[in-house]
Amino acid sequence: MAAMPLLDIKNLSVEFTTRAGTFRAVDGIDLTVDEGEVVGIVGESGSGKSVTSLAVMGLLGSNGTVVADRMQFGGKDLLAMSPSQRRKITGKDVAMVFQEPMTSLNPCFTVGFQIMETLKVHEGLSGKALRNRAIELLEQVGIPAPESRLSAFPHQLSGGMNQRVMIAIAIACNPRLLVADEPTTALDVTIQKQILDLLVRLQKERGMALILITHDMGVVAETAQRVVVMYAGQVAETRPVDALFKAPRHPYTGALLDALPERALGKRRLPTIPGVVPGIGDRPQGCLFNPRCRFATDRCRIERPALFDVDAGKARCFYPLADAPVGAGEVL
Amino acid sequence: MLRFILTRVSLVIPTFLGVTFLTFLLIRLVPGDPIEVRVGERGIPPERLLELRHELGLDRPLWHQFLDYIGGVLQGDLGVSLVTRNSVFSEFVTLFPATLELAALAMLFATVVGLPAGIVAAVRRGSIFDHGVMGISLTGYSMPIFWWGLLLILFFSVGLGWTPVSGRLDLLYYVEPVTGFMLIDTLMAGEYGAFWSALHHLILPMIVLGTVPLAVVARMTRSAMLEVLGEDYIRTAKAKGLAGKRVIGLHALRNALIPVVTVIGLQVGTLLGGAILTETIFSWPGVGKWLIESINRRDYPALQGGVLLIATTVMTVNLLVDVLYGVLNPRIRHSR
Repeated sequence: MAAMPLLDIKNLSVEFTTRAGTFRAVDGIDLTVDEGEVVGIVGESGSGKSVTSLAVMGLLGSNGTVVADRMQFGGKDLLAMSPSQRRKITGKDVAMVFQEPMTSLNPCFTVGFQIMETLKVHEGLSGKALRNRAIELLEQVGIPAPESRLSAFPHQLSGGMNQRVMIAIAIACNPRLLVADEPTTALDVTIQKQILDLLVRLQKERGMALILITHDMGVVAETAQRVVVMYAGQVAETRPVDALFKAPRHPYTGALLDALPERALGKRRLPTIPGVVPGIGDRPQGCLFNPRCRFATDRCRIERPALFDVDAGKARCFYPLADAPVGAGEVL
Repeated sequence: MLRFILTRVSLVIPTFLGVTFLTFLLIRLVPGDPIEVRVGERGIPPERLLELRHELGLDRPLWHQFLDYIGGVLQGDLGVSLVTRNSVFSEFVTLFPATLELAALAMLFATVVGLPAGIVAAVRRGSIFDHGVMGISLTGYSMPIFWWGLLLILFFSVGLGWTPVSGRLDLLYYVEPVTGFMLIDTLMAGEYGAFWSALHHLILPMIVLGTVPLAVVARMTRSAMLEVLGEDYIRTAKAKGLAGKRVIGLHALRNALIPVVTVIGLQVGTLLGGAILTETIFSWPGVGKWLIESINRRDYPALQGGVLLIATTVMTVNLLVDVLYGVLNPRIRHSR
């Protein structure tokens, strides 16, 4: 019997009730993360990646309904927990880093206060020990002169520095799982690399599991061991990173990879995927990707594909791509 | 910080001039001068009337009187009351604590009730409680003070006999004024019966005067909280595993307080304006009632001085609020 995964989610759906009706933002996804594993979740805006992570954290508002056959963390059923039991895990064993560092820290409190708050609540630290631990954390995330930064307010720091503070808060209680939701999207390109390197370093040093949510395939290639490609609230393809980058099976994954500038060398134009992710009222019949898929057939337009086994993983496609390089020499 | 305060103080000068000029002009537009009002219907010989007018300087051209007045004010002299012959300033200072006590309690009432009501309404947005609070506060905001005051007197004082109809203290008691604040003076004198009496006298005027600020504070708190609760840092606070109370009471409230404090500060003007009506209804011996009496007696110096001093109070409070704002909002503190 294989070791139990740290995070084990089966058939997770999240629905939002709006005035226009019920919208299923996440539609029956399975997700497992092992101890110390780095899983990348990739997809365009609106594909449900952020909602999935918020559901894992228990941070969806009251209008978001979470349903799952199984949602376990470290063997414990997250759905059966009372809110106060859940809070004991949230921020301690599962922590999260958000996309917007400038607005994710409370502008009215100092950086030190916001780091120490987590340590106080979960570890019961106080006094000198608390302060020293906060300084140590700031050091670990590469903030210079950490002692003097404790009394700084978020608006006095740059976006990159604030993201480091967010990471310090997230890793304060040695979480077993860190969820990073587009942690570098709001940052300058030069800072993006630094923050990613920091996350990867901390992940390796601490052996914690990391879910890295991004729309940047390049980021995933550098960091993740396994990739989950999401499309319109569903898993389109999930496979180990090497296999997926070498030979994507789902046409959507293929198209995403083709859109990478480094893969489009020699082409006059960078390939793009026409159209957008279907929204609340325009989910197509059949495969959700069929209106944007170059390979779609009549079957794709009528019948919705299940997740089929492909080599080393799964893909939601009737006609998985072959090993040949996708779309070589073609411009969409 | 010092520079900020100096700039603000210098901005106050035109307001001062405007207030002085307007009160000076408006009270003189009211028919009848102090002499006529005092003489009443009996009439006095025209020569005597002219003589008395000359004594008070009322026969000189208006601009001359105004310059005289401004000259006095600049030297810190607000003149003497035409009726009592006491200095306007000392009359104001004697009566002001009664108004301040009433206004402070009304503000306290408005904040203590309005802030929690606004917070709960925001957290339970769309609930019956939310609709109730918003409906009641809209009603309270629209209620004319004099009518509301009479209604409460009719119900609680006349009908139920729970509270006294007017005044500050039962005639049974006498307490030597030390601070001028009845609640403090009675406690200092050890007269607990008098303290209870003072408190009973305060309740209705406090509710009447506090109703409009209460409505404003509740609505402002609710909308500020609603805005703050949708912020990213609230999600972060939840992601830290903090309890709901701490997320709302500390992380959200601290940010929501910034606009609320501004509104509370701005309410001080409304409050002192409302005090004039409230004091008249409840025969509360404060500056509001005194000002109304000064108008009736055409006591020019008393009215002018009183309005000027109240304007000064309002402007000082607004300045203090601006300073406090910086304490609450670190982003402003550092940019100064």
